Amino acid sequence: MTQTLTTGPRRRSAPTRRRLLALGGAVVLLLLVVAASLALGARDIPLGTVLDALTARVPGDNDHNVVLDQRLPRTVVGLLVGCALGLAGTVMQGVTRNPLADPGLLGINAGASLAVVLSITVLGITSPAGYVWFAFAGAAAAMVVVYGIGSMGRSGTTPVKLALVGTALTAGITSVLTLLLLGSTTATNTYRFWAVGSLAGRGSGTGADVLVTLLPFLAVGAVLALLSGRALNLLSMGEDLARGLGLDVRRSRILAVLAAVLLAGGATALAGPVVFVGLVVPHIVRPLTGPDYRWVLAFAAVVGPALLLTADVIGRLVARPGELEVGLVVALVGAPMMIAIVRRARLAGL
Amino acid sequence: MTAEHDLRAVGLSLAYDGREVVTGLDLALPPGAVTVIVGPNGCGKSTLLRGLARLLRPVGGTVLLDGTPLHTLASRDVARTVGILPQSPTAPEGITVADLVGRGRHPHQGWFRQWDAADDGVVAAALEATGTVELAGRRVDELSGGQRQRVWIAMALAQDPDILLLDEPTTFLDVTHQLEVLDLLADLNRERGTTVAMVLHDLNLAARYADHLVVMRDGEITALGHPSDVLTAELVADAFALRARVVADPVTGSPMVVPIGRSASRPPTRLPG
Amino acid sequence: MTTTAPPAPAREVLRTVRHARRRRTVLVCTVLVAAVLALAWLSLVWGGRTGDTLDYLAGLLGTGEGGGEFTIGRLRLPRVALAVLVGAALGIAGGIFQSVLGNPLASPDILGVSGGASLAAAFAILGLGLTGAAVGVAAFLGATVVAAAIYLLAWRDGVTGFRFVLIGVAAAFVVNGGIGYLLTRAEVSDVRAALVWMVGSIGTPRWGDVAVLAVALLVLAPFVVGVSWQLRALGLGDEAAAGLGVRVERTRLLALALAVALTAGATAFAGPVAFVAFVSAPIARRLLPTGGTVLGPAALVGAVVVLAAELVATHLVPSLEVPVGIVTGAVGAAYLLWLLATTDRREATS
Repeated sequence: MTQTLTTGPRRRSAPTRRRLLALGGAVVLLLLVVAASLALGARDIPLGTVLDALTARVPGDNDHNVVLDQRLPRTVVGLLVGCALGLAGTVMQGVTRNPLADPGLLGINAGASLAVVLSITVLGITSPAGYVWFAFAGAAAAMVVVYGIGSMGRSGTTPVKLALVGTALTAGITSVLTLLLLGSTTATNTYRFWAVGSLAGRGSGTGADVLVTLLPFLAVGAVLALLSGRALNLLSMGEDLARGLGLDVRRSRILAVLAAVLLAGGATALAGPVVFVGLVVPHIVRPLTGPDYRWVLAFAAVVGPALLLTADVIGRLVARPGELEVGLVVALVGAPMMIAIVRRARLAGL
Repeated sequence: MTAEHDLRAVGLSLAYDGREVVTGLDLALPPGAVTVIVGPNGCGKSTLLRGLARLLRPVGGTVLLDGTPLHTLASRDVARTVGILPQSPTAPEGITVADLVGRGRHPHQGWFRQWDAADDGVVAAALEATGTVELAGRRVDELSGGQRQRVWIAMALAQDPDILLLDEPTTFLDVTHQLEVLDLLADLNRERGTTVAMVLHDLNLAARYADHLVVMRDGEITALGHPSDVLTAELVADAFALRARVVADPVTGSPMVVPIGRSASRPPTRLPG
Repeated sequence: MTTTAPPAPAREVLRTVRHARRRRTVLVCTVLVAAVLALAWLSLVWGGRTGDTLDYLAGLLGTGEGGGEFTIGRLRLPRVALAVLVGAALGIAGGIFQSVLGNPLASPDILGVSGGASLAAAFAILGLGLTGAAVGVAAFLGATVVAAAIYLLAWRDGVTGFRFVLIGVAAAFVVNGGIGYLLTRAEVSDVRAALVWMVGSIGTPRWGDVAVLAVALLVLAPFVVGVSWQLRALGLGDEAAAGLGVRVERTRLLALALAVALTAGATAFAGPVAFVAFVSAPIARRLLPTGGTVLGPAALVGAVVVLAAELVATHLVPSLEVPVGIVTGAVGAAYLLWLLATTDRREATS
């Protein structure tokens, strides 16, 4: 007595339509945030003027200059960094099956910082365009080390272990870093401003060159990340089950981690250390998307920049005429969110 | 001969995460007897035991020890009378058997009076009673499952309790060790008069060792009494949703549950050759 | 079961086991005390003149002339004394944290408690322009406030080790963000002073400082003994401990409060010397594998670690006064990472 399963004609199911609508809503939200990012700041510029600046620039007009030379670049950087971090965080959470994985917690900031300071002290490089490559390399190296050590041993990448490995690496690197800083005032001065993630000045001037050259890495990383959705879905059921369903576990893992490294490394090189965005975005998004990683990734790519740019705008509004760097705002907002996640979660061991 | 203490639940309600698991339950543990609590998964048997052991705060009703509500008594005093062996006890890394059993003396010690000869005597007796004297110097994490369980029982014994509560003491043990542990508990009950109450998931072992059987379902007691009075095919069908025949155990004569199940009605597969 | 010889009476066996253990404990403690004295001696004479030291000690004992009053009596001896006290306090604190939270990888210096001290001190130095004792007081308050916050946030029908650790990591990030902010807003010259404080250093204490810490430790000592006794039961798991009559949540809170007081006290005088709290108890446990809670030996190990690190730090870079925290940070991090990488392998089979 066998039963046959019949498949009917393919139809867009209700949940899919709902999600598409929600995604559309998220995009609209992002556009609003972008508009705010261009209009608000030390001086509020009306939207009409913003549009004029974008379409028919009048050289010498102060407002137009602000929009095009300052706010547009930083908005672009914010979009890229937010998108990169959102995707990287989602991918890391999927690969490690750890809802608390975040590129920032995984020590990339420490790795990037050390590389930057080394380039300043040993090689005498003091311009962002110069040390950005080191930042990238350092971030990537740190993440690989943390992921590598965190996945050793039988229980794999448990939340506590990964957090501790990241913290340990950060602490160790900070010691060496401090030693280097104590020996050089130039390094201290340059480093302390880099060390607080910021979108200011990163997209224009020499920053623009940096942006353009990092773009391919970010693009490759993003593509890899978005394509990893199906693999992440299978991995979330456990390695053995995934293999049984035909997934090449090793290859998928390597590609996913590669994507995360490119994205997180690029983002850190571009904006300096920004924590918590990668951690928080997937959690915000999941109530809308459910556990399907293909959707989570798509949403993360939109919600990530929305979140980051919102934090940037807040930073600009809160401390007028100066600004509170986006890295700080995100830390202040992100930590309570992480704490809420830890409190609420029914994770094994929590 | 130990003094007889009376532990009973009166109208007890216990909850987990806001969900009530046990409601309005009355249960008196007959002093000096072995009581076994059985029931299907999720019926609340472990919860009940933990409520009796003061590990869970009741949301309704109360647990009385010799007529006094348990939560009004000082923890140390309760611990001197009631000992518990929880389901998956964790031993600190590297601890020796002698040390672990010695920790059982904790409720009898204080800041200032940390250890004396009397404690030694009790620990020695506990080791002898559980047959773990030769293991005294060995590390607990090197022992087999059965040995380890005996050591934990020795620790509970070192507490010198009159009532011993055990939450699934035989899970994860193979058959030989299961019997080893249960025989030990039966000996303790017989020789020292310790009241024993335990949760078991194996009906047949329960029937063999219980003087008093408590069957639970959905947070309530469905049957109560001597195994031969309580265990019938109807009860098993009702409490466990299991079709079975109940026969007399050929070795001990206690009731033995033989499940019927689907495969019994299928002819055996004949393999070629 | 037939035996040819009657089994040894249990009492005898117990006594043998206990004596073996006691012998080992005495041996290990003697070695540790000897190590402390040896390192102390080295710290007093290396790079100085042995003659001075001998003269000073002779002077103390009432024989001889008592030269070397300044270099030994005023400079080196207080440093050695403070190093021993700080190491002991941190060693005990780390041991308590690890026992209470049931996680050998949980420690006040990793979980943002020391970070809280750093933040408060950075604020005191950079924001309020304070120096000396006032900074110490600020540090003490900072550590206590952060620890209390972590405990309260981790409380949900009680505190579990996992929640505490993860929230501690989050707290560490917020604290670091705050420190980064302060560093960017301050003068470069002040930044250096703040950095030195924040990495942890013994510095040049006066006898008054040493006396205060010594008295504090003496006052806390009986509590340490009491907690040590309670921890013997607590180490068996919450349920077994409750079965033994321990008030689990209350004991946990008191023990943690004691550990925080010790950490805060040590941090007030020497800054957050990284990793001493983390490594001392595990090393003590490795030396005394069947010793149970090892707070006494942990104190000795802590003293050895700090003295040794201080020796290395002082003589590492000839011209630079390297803070002790850099050595403990780098070495401690490497050790922690190694532990994390290898810790899962040896799992007891049931």
